[in-house]
Amino acid sequence: MPYTARRPQRFSREELESRIPGWGADLDPADRPAVPRERTDLQTGAHWEFPERQPEEWPRERSVEHQFLTPVFGTTVPAKGVSGAVRKYAYRFSEGRAAHWLILVAADRVDAWGSHLRSFATLRPDNPVTETGVLSEPARRGFRSRFDGKRPDVKHQWLDPVIVAGPWLGVAAAGIAAVRALAARRSGT
Amino acid sequence: MRAMVYRGPYKVRVEEKEIPRIEHPNDAIVRVSLAAICGSDLHLYHGMIPDTRVGTTFGHEFVGVVHEVGPSVENVKPGDRVMVPFNVYCGSCYFCSRGLYSNCHNVNPNATAIGGIYGYSHTCGGYDGGQSEFVRVPFADVGPAPIPDWMDEEDAVLLTDALATGYFGAQLGDITEGDTVVVFGAGPVGLFAAKSSWLMGAGRVIVIDHLEYRLEKARTFAHAETYNYADYQDIVVHLKKITDYFGADVAIDAVGAEADGNFLQHVTGTKLKLQGGSPVALNWAIDSVRKDGTVAVVGAYGPVFSAVKFGDAVNKGLTLRMNQCPVKRQWPRLFEHIRNGYLKPSDIVTHRIPLEDIAEGYHIFSAKLDNCIKPLILPTAS
Ligand SMILES: [Zn+2]
Ligand SMILES: [Zn+2]
Repeated sequence: MPYTARRPQRFSREELESRIPGWGADLDPADRPAVPRERTDLQTGAHWEFPERQPEEWPRERSVEHQFLTPVFGTTVPAKGVSGAVRKYAYRFSEGRAAHWLILVAADRVDAWGSHLRSFATLRPDNPVTETGVLSEPARRGFRSRFDGKRPDVKHQWLDPVIVAGPWLGVAAAGIAAVRALAARRSGT
Repeated sequence: MRAMVYRGPYKVRVEEKEIPRIEHPNDAIVRVSLAAICGSDLHLYHGMIPDTRVGTTFGHEFVGVVHEVGPSVENVKPGDRVMVPFNVYCGSCYFCSRGLYSNCHNVNPNATAIGGIYGYSHTCGGYDGGQSEFVRVPFADVGPAPIPDWMDEEDAVLLTDALATGYFGAQLGDITEGDTVVVFGAGPVGLFAAKSSWLMGAGRVIVIDHLEYRLEKARTFAHAETYNYADYQDIVVHLKKITDYFGADVAIDAVGAEADGNFLQHVTGTKLKLQGGSPVALNWAIDSVRKDGTVAVVGAYGPVFSAVKFGDAVNKGLTLRMNQCPVKRQWPRLFEHIRNGYLKPSDIVTHRIPLEDIAEGYHIFSAKLDNCIKPLILPTAS
């Protein structure tokens, strides 16, 4: 088709109506549930001007872009330990600063590693086999699926062991080195 | 109670946790009867969303029965069967009073750039989610709604995010009669966006993905014309060709960050977490829509910057529309569509996984094993 002012059209209205259940039920752009974007006549069920305030039971971190702690907030997993200190530091920066988010991501890594190490001192240590869910592979063609192009994670699977297993191996290596050093010191004295 | 718990990137397990308690007079505690894993949970699972703390419970798609209510709750009572939108919101702030429930200003102290979401990191307020036996539901007078008697629980759980968001994506596209709509991503949201595009009068709906089984679903469930981008040197050029070198009128990004398209972006975005994710699908959307077209974004993007081709969007005069879905605004209409038989959301459910096997569930969904499209989570009966 030459570049004309007419727009290319494939199917007629009748064809679409006969083929697609409900075709055009919401045809009128003005009659769609979130149109217009802003409406002040909706009943939300709120019976307060400003909600009552949830008690703050420990110093809750908040964005510096907020005037005050919001009246309601999540209380799951308070910031704690080294990762918690890093997180609190991140909350000194506004959300506009890359530092804010990158420090939080760094804190997440510290948190994950700290938690793995701490878990070894509990009755339920982290288990890299059961917690990664790889046990679901044998029953679900996990091995063959790596070759039939159906897995989104195959392109980078050579990298995964380095990133997923690497740190575990690192910790194991450090542990072995520490035990050896200790043994060497014992046998030395 | 038993609850899914995040242990670090790619690691989750089920733990014994304390049943949540009423912390605000308008809280309810809901006993979860059915939950789902969402594509956007994978961003958390992969460790891409900042301030995802070890020990948190994911799950923003759930339905259940009210177990306990706070002293100021008037609209629900213990025993009510409810569906809960993924947005946590107050109902009375500047944004809520304008219907922008996903942008509530009163529920997320951790950020002003996003509202509150159940089980979606501290960046979204630090609330625990519903992949668990019980969950705390703030503003119980505002968010939850009774599940109609005639509605399947599996349809209801898909209304808490996936269907509402897909439908919202089509709305953001401002579709007019006869428009050609291209949807990137044939996951649950993309499938619903494609299906909803027809309801809004699209003349042609094209779905792009790289997984054949999902494209098959897009053809049968959403009546879409489909292309596997892996089969083409350059999917953008192909889309231009099949639209008479015009481009689509509307493009919907239902993938979000981490479209596994570009290796460099995969490494910087997904692995090293230096980008909010690789915005391959969004860039394809910008490139393949016609000049003066509309790009709607409902895929999940983290707050860290992403390398988006903004210059092309400017030079083509595009309208970019995006938001998290204000779920409850969509419900009355979507209920009608389900009753009329135009939509059967649970048709996309492929897996029903006991909570105790949640690690397998995440792995199956993340690696797309076993032709997984939408996994539901069944909390252990107790
Ligand atoms: Zn979701
Ligand atoms: Zn609000």
